[in-house]
Amino acid sequence: MSAAPLHLAVALDGAGWHPAAWRDPAATPKTLFTAAYWAGLVAEAEHGLLDFVTIEDSLALQTTRLDGADGRTDQVRGRFDAVLVASRVAPLTRRIGLVPTVTTTHTEPFHVASALSTLDYVSAGRAGWRVQISGRRAEAAHFGRRDIPELRPDSFDRPESVRLIQELFDEAADAVEVVRRLWDSWEDDAVIRDVATGRFVDRDKLHHIDFEGPRFSVRGPSIVPRPPQGQPPVTALAHSRIPYEFAARSTDVVHVTPHDGEQARAVVREIRGLAPGPLKVLADLVVFLGQDAGERRARLDGLDGAVHASDAAIFAGTPEQLADLLLDWRRAGLDGFRLRPAVLPADLSAITRGLVPELRRRGVFRRAYEAATLRGHLGLPRPAGRYAGSRR
Amino acid sequence: MKQVILAAHFPGVNNQTVWSDPASGSQIDFASFAHLARTAERGRFDFFFLADGQRLREQRGRIHDLDVVGRPDSLTVLSALAAVTTHLGLAGTVNATFNEPYELARKLASLDHLSGGRAGWNVVTSSDAFTGENFRRGGYLDHSQRYERAEEFVRTVRELWDSWAAEDLVADPATGTFAAAGAGAFAHRGAHFDIGGHFTVPRSPQRHPLTIQAGDSEGGREFAAATADAIFSRHGRPEEGRAFYRDIKARVAAHGRDPGSLKILPGATFALGDTDAEAQENADHIRRQQVSPQTAILLLEQLWNRDLSAYDPEGPLPEIDPDVSEESIIKGRTRMSRDPLKTAAEWRALAEAKKLGIRDLVIEVTGRQSFIGSPARVAEEINESVQSDAADGFILVPHLTPTGLDEFVDKVVPLLQERGVLRAEYGTTTLRGHLGLEGDV
Repeated sequence: MSAAPLHLAVALDGAGWHPAAWRDPAATPKTLFTAAYWAGLVAEAEHGLLDFVTIEDSLALQTTRLDGADGRTDQVRGRFDAVLVASRVAPLTRRIGLVPTVTTTHTEPFHVASALSTLDYVSAGRAGWRVQISGRRAEAAHFGRRDIPELRPDSFDRPESVRLIQELFDEAADAVEVVRRLWDSWEDDAVIRDVATGRFVDRDKLHHIDFEGPRFSVRGPSIVPRPPQGQPPVTALAHSRIPYEFAARSTDVVHVTPHDGEQARAVVREIRGLAPGPLKVLADLVVFLGQDAGERRARLDGLDGAVHASDAAIFAGTPEQLADLLLDWRRAGLDGFRLRPAVLPADLSAITRGLVPELRRRGVFRRAYEAATLRGHLGLPRPAGRYAGSRR
Repeated sequence: MKQVILAAHFPGVNNQTVWSDPASGSQIDFASFAHLARTAERGRFDFFFLADGQRLREQRGRIHDLDVVGRPDSLTVLSALAAVTTHLGLAGTVNATFNEPYELARKLASLDHLSGGRAGWNVVTSSDAFTGENFRRGGYLDHSQRYERAEEFVRTVRELWDSWAAEDLVADPATGTFAAAGAGAFAHRGAHFDIGGHFTVPRSPQRHPLTIQAGDSEGGREFAAATADAIFSRHGRPEEGRAFYRDIKARVAAHGRDPGSLKILPGATFALGDTDAEAQENADHIRRQQVSPQTAILLLEQLWNRDLSAYDPEGPLPEIDPDVSEESIIKGRTRMSRDPLKTAAEWRALAEAKKLGIRDLVIEVTGRQSFIGSPARVAEEINESVQSDAADGFILVPHLTPTGLDEFVDKVVPLLQERGVLRAEYGTTTLRGHLGLEGDV
């Protein structure tokens, strides 16, 4: 392979990222709420030796409105808890990374840390976490614990909106800090099973984390021993300065949404300038793949009654053309891509069976998994526990 | 004849778990969970049961270090187990105090879908400010408020589970309708929860995953009688079991429910041998492994509420009386006795009469195996307990991870099957189906 390997992930969401994907003749909409559907998708991604899959989630129903349900009955509505989906498919796969989306806005960092540690155990070191925040008032109403003003198109740039977004990302940064401390709160060799002294653990290797923040405090230690990867990789999607700052400070992998190579270069430069340490930058792209990609896209737009727009760039073309584009954009300094298949499983199979062989022919993608963990795939070292060697 | 309900408890975090045995494996690797679950399924058990904890225990201000202290997140492990089993019910303890109904309802409904209708939830509550230090919610509720909130919590979760009607998931490309209008809409206004909006998980195979309850106080019994599908009880011995059974079934009827709609499942341990005498030897050996010299002192401290680390585990009981002040040296677990002075006096008298040192006394008073004997005797006693209405079945707690259930499944299960009181093959695919609770929702 030339230089650094290209990292390639896929983002899984419902029947695919086009809102009418479920109406495509190749889709299987009646199976969306089965384990077999998700197991099939992740197995296909693993067949392509992809670095990882992300699984979308949110604590509210999908909607086309900024805030609140839209009442539409012609798009996919409903989804499972992403951590449980990832866990359900973990024993059925062997190498691929599993990265569920979990919000920090309404959850308990202690629970999030435990669940992701456990996912790392059941997958033997393949867990990750895509951190998300929610500024939606409708979602807050599902919890009834805090009031969030309604989002409106004309309110984004208002100072109170900016303050709210900053507040939610500050909370996310605290949550990630707590989760990482909890992961480190058991030293790797804390379990000693010393029959002579009757001790199962060495309590000097368990640590209170004593996090104190404005929104929550957490004493620790974790209830789960340190996960196989030490710390599963943390990822986030980021579109602008505040999330860039969060991602640069708190994550290992950031997903960005440039629309051309020039934008990609600017985004990479901005984020790397903010990051104190190594950070993988992957660009998101919605993809329709195949000779008929353009027609399929137009047909689905017709079914949905609108031209599909996305935060990420939308690509429609052949795997060869996509390979050209990825290698072109990559020169902007990207480490790789997270592709969002427009229709599942069709565009996923086109990635694994069309794009991946093409990238291999060009010598930029693996022919076999060389590592067993998600950190290994990403070339991220296993971090030492921050408390190792310190005494309680 | 009543069918015997059997569940397999993963031997987790406490001094029932024998980790010092050479046969003891990992308590955290997924392979251990998979082995126990597959063994339970081979034995045609009704469900696998996983306990939970949200803070490491502390005693005398130090983290407990004598037995297994780390465990995984219940629902995450259960979802993975759904991939390696096909029929076994998958039930886990989740604390309602440190969760919110929307998030937990989603997780349980997701697990029910992902397991094809095998999810169960053991509802526990906490009044423990110590555990609260790990959560945003922090604090705690006093005892009466706990069940009030728990009752509303369960009611709210069921409202969320009901927010999608069975026919709301249409997914018909021909008509272009994916979900019915209004699918998932809910509004709940109560003393503890005031929430509304849309739920994200379509109706799951069981509609309502099984709910299990474990509290034994007046409030706990009423809560279970009003809402639960099963009780995880501590009353495994025949006489007290029958008294508890009568009490609970009467309460269930008083709530206007069919008494058969709530299953009573005491936790139970066992020790087997080819002969009854050999089984007794095994039982004694297991008890000595469970109560190491260090564990004996620590368990005694839990009654005395004092630092007894200077005492000799083989020596006599302390002459000093238990500290009955409110100040507790134990965190994250309940005090051992409601009347420590009286219990201590009884223990002293017993130690005197039987000439027992601290460790042997602790072994004597902190419990014995529920079923000890040859496979034939154990099968007979389990069946007798169920047929005489001391229980509807048992949640078996093996002492070894992960192989602690192997011998039971190989030797006792066939005898129960021969008697026609345990299924030879699963006749249903859901946990409610296994328990005969299919029509209850």
